[in-house]
Amino acid sequence: MNPQSTLPPTPAALPPKTGDPSAAGGRRDKDPRSEVRLFAGLGHVALAVWAVIVIVPILWTFLAAFKNTSEIFSSPWTLPAELRWENFGRAWTKAHVGRYFLNSVLVVGCSTFGTMLLGSMAAYVLARYRFWGNRAIYYLFVSGLAFPVFLALVPLFFVVKQLGMLDTYQGVILVYIAYSLPFTIFFLAAFFKTLPTSVAEAGMIDGCGHSRLFFQVMMPMAKPGLISVAIFNIIGQWAQYQLPLVLLSNAKDKWVLTQGIADISVNAGYEADWSGLFAALTIAILPMIIVYAVFQRQIQAGLTSGAVK
Amino acid sequence: MRHGKYPFVIGFLFAPVALYVTFVIWPYAQAFQISMTNWRGLSAPQWVGFDNYRRLLDDGAFWKAVQHHGVLLLALPLITIAIALFFAFLLNVGGKSSGGQRQGVWGAKFYRVVFFFPQVLAVAIIAVLFQMVYRPNESGLINGVLMKIGLEPILFLVKPNLALWSILAVLVWQAVGFYVVLFSAGMASIPGEIYEAAEMDGASRVTLFFRVTLPLLWDTLQVAWVYLGIAAFDAFAIVAVLSVDGGGPDGATTVLAMEIYRNAFVYSKYGYASAMGVALFFLTLTFAALTLRLTKRESVEY
Repeated sequence: MNPQSTLPPTPAALPPKTGDPSAAGGRRDKDPRSEVRLFAGLGHVALAVWAVIVIVPILWTFLAAFKNTSEIFSSPWTLPAELRWENFGRAWTKAHVGRYFLNSVLVVGCSTFGTMLLGSMAAYVLARYRFWGNRAIYYLFVSGLAFPVFLALVPLFFVVKQLGMLDTYQGVILVYIAYSLPFTIFFLAAFFKTLPTSVAEAGMIDGCGHSRLFFQVMMPMAKPGLISVAIFNIIGQWAQYQLPLVLLSNAKDKWVLTQGIADISVNAGYEADWSGLFAALTIAILPMIIVYAVFQRQIQAGLTSGAVK
Repeated sequence: MRHGKYPFVIGFLFAPVALYVTFVIWPYAQAFQISMTNWRGLSAPQWVGFDNYRRLLDDGAFWKAVQHHGVLLLALPLITIAIALFFAFLLNVGGKSSGGQRQGVWGAKFYRVVFFFPQVLAVAIIAVLFQMVYRPNESGLINGVLMKIGLEPILFLVKPNLALWSILAVLVWQAVGFYVVLFSAGMASIPGEIYEAAEMDGASRVTLFFRVTLPLLWDTLQVAWVYLGIAAFDAFAIVAVLSVDGGGPDGATTVLAMEIYRNAFVYSKYGYASAMGVALFFLTLTFAALTLRLTKRESVEY
């Protein structure tokens, strides 16, 4: 359908047409202007309300992290009487948030690196080399996008168990990599296809080998795509809850942050250490705010890259 | 590019394919097989054919979970997309127009940054955060206020008919920002001349939205619907952490992922849990196929 042809001039907007067509280069100003003001006014209220809904729970958590239990119960909306930094100390050491945090950094660091390395290697070969079975392997990877992880949860648990990698870092890391490959390859294969062939050919003529060509010529050229996918993977793997819950259940010292915080929240109920829980939450959220503030543009581009074809 | 092509290709593909087959393809294939057995982990699995699936049909928890997916599947995309579209429209074309160039409202950049932020947080962390927000006594963010002004506290997560909606609200809270950014990108690619032309014809903001923005954004909306639908079929982390005893009260918020997890790793009913997994797989597939079929329409060229 053609949007222009289906646009009858609405009665409300008709009067100014007979008004002053000379104003501002043919734009009709009088009526639209008041309409703009009303619309923008209401819009501003809605936007501000949503911003408050997003910010307040987080800010409230940060404030509560400095309170003691009686303050949390008696005055949830006031500022803490004093800054009780000891809540953070308790969360970091006694509740092991520090440990969980570093575990998350280790696991996500290794698995994102592995995903990017293996993913880009596979995507590059699949995108730029013709060989028997190319399409079959490509579709094998891409079909993984359609399957829910829960379908495989039980067998996956036993596969990892049989390999002796239950409750180990390497088990989780390898599983993260495997489940990140479909999207990574899907996205990067499309990206490598768009890179010009002339550079690669020039490299080959200069006697550059296949792997050198990949690591020294193609990888740097694919940098924007690689960054987008890396961010996508980091955020996704950082947020993983289900897989570590199943794969690391008996190794509390290796738990990642999501698992740890969920566990602290259960224990906070028993021990009534609410301020400790708020402090733990703050430790989990604050670094994300800082990272987001710095890389906001890249993160938005990276996360939405999957949806924008 | 002739010499040494195959060793290179095999060398580059070996590790990724091996990893992928071991941890993804092989478990998926096994899931179908295990779902036909009564395996409990101790003795060798016995073949029981479709028994597990027959039992699924009489399982109240399973049907409750399916029903909740139905609710989430309709409500989550509908609410999220409606809010996100409204905001995206305001942020991109809601402001004044100068020389036909549509502008967003004042502060658009700030709003976009703030709205998107929850997307960066892990769902499990958000679930813990909202446990505090929803707490049923003075220490809760919402009930603290309600009780201060003398109202009865709302038992968000304890009341069976309210619990699922409370969880849904958190999912919407997290998702809106992502779709605002997604729709903004879509709106930015709509040529300004179209808006200009529509304005010349005297179209109001509302008309602009329904007659210009919406039809030209159809493809993006379709993608959003599929994404949110897939999210509605997952919802494990949020239900496991936020709801009262994992899908409670009394199964009022349970989802299939929760039931799979419980059957497999609490009751050790591996065969039965796998059957649920297969059911979930076909539900997801049906949804994706239906969505693409139902929303198919001629896309607008511009």
